[in-house]
Amino acid sequence: MKNTKVSALLALSLVLLFAGRAPKYEIGDSVTDFKLKNVDGKMVALSDYKSVKGVIVIFDCNTCPYSKAYNDRIQALNKNYSSKGFPLIAINANSPEISPGDSFEEMKAVAKKKNYDFPYLVDETQQVAKSFGASNTPHVFVLQRVGSDFKVAYIGAIDNNTRDAAAADKKYVEEAVDALLAGKSIPTEKTKAIGCGIKWKNA
Amino acid sequence: MRKIGLVVFVFFCGWQVCAQRVEVIKFDRLQNIIDAKAEKIQVINFWATWCAPCVKELPLFEKLNADKKDVKVTLINLDFADKEKKVESFLSKKKMQTEVLLLDEIDYNTWIDKVDQSWGGAIPATLIVNPKNGKRKFIERELQEGELQKLLAEVE
Repeated sequence: MKNTKVSALLALSLVLLFAGRAPKYEIGDSVTDFKLKNVDGKMVALSDYKSVKGVIVIFDCNTCPYSKAYNDRIQALNKNYSSKGFPLIAINANSPEISPGDSFEEMKAVAKKKNYDFPYLVDETQQVAKSFGASNTPHVFVLQRVGSDFKVAYIGAIDNNTRDAAAADKKYVEEAVDALLAGKSIPTEKTKAIGCGIKWKNA
Repeated sequence: MRKIGLVVFVFFCGWQVCAQRVEVIKFDRLQNIIDAKAEKIQVINFWATWCAPCVKELPLFEKLNADKKDVKVTLINLDFADKEKKVESFLSKKKMQTEVLLLDEIDYNTWIDKVDQSWGGAIPATLIVNPKNGKRKFIERELQEGELQKLLAEVE
């Protein structure tokens, strides 16, 4: 009887433990489909990308100095890789209540000013960022299409020099996508994405 | 001669004391602070002038630095190294007294794990180390009033 009680308690505490911890993707995990609103007002889903080799998902924003420093490089990634089968999707999960510069209107303005040729989606509920385990901006997830699934192939930073693109000698995302295109193993699968913390809504 | 000395003194005051200078350091210097075999508890805060929550919590560290002489507070600035002047004018404007070191290490993935394995790479972040018993705390978020005191008690 006592044992049953103990194990019931244990089971309950485990449930609570897992409930309290947001699940997040690791390398090799399949990604659950998501559907979010783009700056043009249309909805974009990961499952819309049927004839690609993969997708470069970047959690980004308008306001973070690191995002600004990386903006040209983010645009270049889409230019270089969308034609090779790896288009880019940018997602802004920042709460506009906490970061007014990240409102949907401001996102539209940035996308227009910078001539974004990739979706810039708003993650209003922040659920997509949470399920990915995105914590910072910019935070990159390279996904590889395997059958009808998208599997996480790389998580982390764009390269190893935020300040100066020309001085970066480890271009993590390019190296990862190049390796996937060549059918080779990715040299660095995971790095820490240095940046601004995602501005979570107040609970 | 004495007059020249006075002029030189006034010049240095205007430039050095009245406006805090920021020393630009490499990671080995930070490692030495983390590993210091000192008597004092080390409180190390990572911040940048552009980071709003960091700037908001700075007064907590200023107050700790002024109040607790048995604690060594170091503010590690993560503005880009070419922004030294910007950091210095920020510190003068805020009349900051705590020691500020600008960490010039752009390849973050080479050192961030050495500060703490759990650090996801966002600021503000604060590391508290008690060299006497090896206890440490690492917090990757903005601290609230009174939290530093609580954390200090936990590493005692």
